[in-house]
Amino acid sequence: MDVEILSRIQFAFTVAFHYIYPPLSIGIGLIIVIMEGLYLRTRNKLYEDMTRFWIKIFALTFGIGVATGIVMEFEFGTNWATYSRYVGDVFGSALAAEGIFAFALESGFLGILLFGWNRVSPRVHFISTIGVWLGSMFSAIWIVVANSWQQTPAGYHVVGEGINARAEITDFWAMVFNPSSVDRLTHVWLGAFLAGAFLVLSVHAYYLLRNRHVELSRKAFKIALGVALVASLGQLVSGHQSADGVAVNQPAKLAAMEGHFDSLAPAPLYLMGWVNKEAQTVTGLSIPGGLSFMVHFDGAEPITGLNAFPEDERPTALNAIFQFYHLMVAFGMLMIGLTVLAAFFWWRGTLFRQRWLLWVFVFMVIVPQLANQFGWYTAEMGRQPWVVYGLLRTSDALSKVVTANQVVFSLIMFTLIYTLLFALFLYLLNKKIKAGPDSHGTIQHSPQHEEMAGWLENDTQ
Amino acid sequence: MLTLATILGIDYPTLWFLVVGGLFSGYAILDGFDLGAGAWHLFFRKEKSRRIALNAIGPVWDGNEVWLVIGGGALFAGFPVLYATMFSAMYIPFMLFLAFLIFRAVSIEFRSKEPMKWWRQMWDVAYSVSSIALALLLGVVLGNVLQGFPIGPDLEFSGNWVNFLNPYALIVGVTTVALFMMHGAIYLTMKTEGRLFAKITILLRRAIIFFIVSFGLVTLYTLIYFPHLTDRFQSAPWLFVVPVLAFLAIANIPRLVAKRRYRRAFIFSSSTVALLLALVAIELYPVLILSTGDPANNITIYNAASSTKSLGIMLTIAAIGTPLVLSYTAFVYYTFRGKTRLDDTSY
Repeated sequence: MDVEILSRIQFAFTVAFHYIYPPLSIGIGLIIVIMEGLYLRTRNKLYEDMTRFWIKIFALTFGIGVATGIVMEFEFGTNWATYSRYVGDVFGSALAAEGIFAFALESGFLGILLFGWNRVSPRVHFISTIGVWLGSMFSAIWIVVANSWQQTPAGYHVVGEGINARAEITDFWAMVFNPSSVDRLTHVWLGAFLAGAFLVLSVHAYYLLRNRHVELSRKAFKIALGVALVASLGQLVSGHQSADGVAVNQPAKLAAMEGHFDSLAPAPLYLMGWVNKEAQTVTGLSIPGGLSFMVHFDGAEPITGLNAFPEDERPTALNAIFQFYHLMVAFGMLMIGLTVLAAFFWWRGTLFRQRWLLWVFVFMVIVPQLANQFGWYTAEMGRQPWVVYGLLRTSDALSKVVTANQVVFSLIMFTLIYTLLFALFLYLLNKKIKAGPDSHGTIQHSPQHEEMAGWLENDTQ
Repeated sequence: MLTLATILGIDYPTLWFLVVGGLFSGYAILDGFDLGAGAWHLFFRKEKSRRIALNAIGPVWDGNEVWLVIGGGALFAGFPVLYATMFSAMYIPFMLFLAFLIFRAVSIEFRSKEPMKWWRQMWDVAYSVSSIALALLLGVVLGNVLQGFPIGPDLEFSGNWVNFLNPYALIVGVTTVALFMMHGAIYLTMKTEGRLFAKITILLRRAIIFFIVSFGLVTLYTLIYFPHLTDRFQSAPWLFVVPVLAFLAIANIPRLVAKRRYRRAFIFSSSTVALLLALVAIELYPVLILSTGDPANNITIYNAASSTKSLGIMLTIAAIGTPLVLSYTAFVYYTFRGKTRLDDTSY
């Protein structure tokens, strides 16, 4: 295999593995903020126990997220040197802003979040929790901005020619608010909330089914269900917005997502199907004119098809893009359906009697993760053959001095390390879940916490 | 054009060079002590001692590592050409660096999660070995930057990556390990008490000797084989104050340790780290990577820099962000001041 395909595999593998964790941190972070806020408001010990339990799980996801995240920053330089030279002037400022505004906030307050429970007052701890969560949200902003700039470049001009060409920034805010960044950021945030919320739902559904920590789990389940309901419905709007943006800014990607070849025809909307690239056909179940309607609100309006683009400017992995995209949408619908149903039972007051539904939620934890992964595969494979859409080809973006052997070495290294890491993650996650949120009365509170316990007694008198 | 854009007569690439230098000094001072503490880990025999040593850095090591992420981002954003050339040239060292970085983070996170003896011993070894390896690799990279690379006219690396393992780079690597071990031991004296504290004070004395000997070797080696690195001091003799201060700071450390003034000793070991990096910066400026062939191929802060516009934007970002980062760093260190005690949230 050549350096290009090896480097692509390595980047895809390391970034996909990394992306298991930050969405969990963002989503669990939000839920911890809600739980701890309720603890401060109600001073109910159950909320304290669940907060402290989820902080432990947060620590696990955050730790692996950080360790696997630095890899990408370095890989830009090691594997994609030409890309780094080309985009550094523009892309670099987003990355630097991420480090200084987001990551520092997150990691700084993390120490207090994890180890400060007995050191600072409950309010200061709560502020630290919010700090860590906001840090993770800000992190998403800058990373999605940087990636969106690769999808829909704006606020730059190209200087130099040939191998010396590079993009220079002309307008920082045009770069930040490039045509796709807001839509994609919303989509990523909501996807992250779903990843976190469904993990919380899964764990507490499991406790409920096993008759453990019942009172605590009911409260926690409802918090997470609220988040999941809002986020999955929000995703409907945000997903539509994102797709509309793709239709305007990256028509070749949209055509690949729906397997639309003919330029002059209205496009159907496929529910499922199989793309035959050679015959330029899709076999499957579709709504005629559906895509045209979604984009133009007119089922007879034509949609730009793949044939409108020169052969070397079309994405190649057409069937994969089609399948990943459709699976993401299907998983999104599944999440909406289940959370709406659960919310209905909640409203009827029979939620915790639906054992079958709780079982479904136990296993649903994987679904938002897959939806997030598949969404990114669609976005990144759909952008090919470009690494910066319309400007720089992936095949031109490589490091010239790196050999295939070197990449084989690092690829094997990452495969081994990440396999080990993932096994350890699952093992420890399982162990923490088995141990549960019981404090066993071993908590030594800081004087401030004791004081708060004092208020509690006063309140109950 | 570039030189027109100045603040106080300093052009933007130079300003950004100072920012990056400041970030890497911050990184070396902060992560330096926790890497150093990790390097000592296996010297502590008792389980409780190891836990205290680990929890002494527990709440802060992650925040310390952020400085590397920001420093790397600043280098990428400000000097993309350097970032591309250096990272692709040193592919294998950087990949190993990443591997050890992951192992170290995971060891800290996982070691105390299981009570089995073999489990803890395994992660303790992984933690300590990766701490030493990271310090060594940082030194090796620095040693290679000081020597220069073979660079072609397209400002790309034109040598063989195997050459990175050369005696000079290894000596700089060992010195970095020694410096961080001294720095880390001083940090641990501030966080420990009782018999562990007594043990660390003994280890600290050895670390100081280890550092002074290896630093002496590096200095000699540099003066004999790379005399060009001292050119700057001939053209601007007043800069000689920096190495003088560095030597004084180093000399002051054993004096303060003998007087048992560990907090002050920590300030001086931090200053030593910063002054030594300042020395490197002075020796190199305005070159970032010396071409070992044609000096026309030197990668300098001018031919590697982003546009003035981009540097201006990032200086604004740095001006807003730095006070924020410093304030919450200070807050975290203040919260966890004093001797380390274990509780139910500890590692």
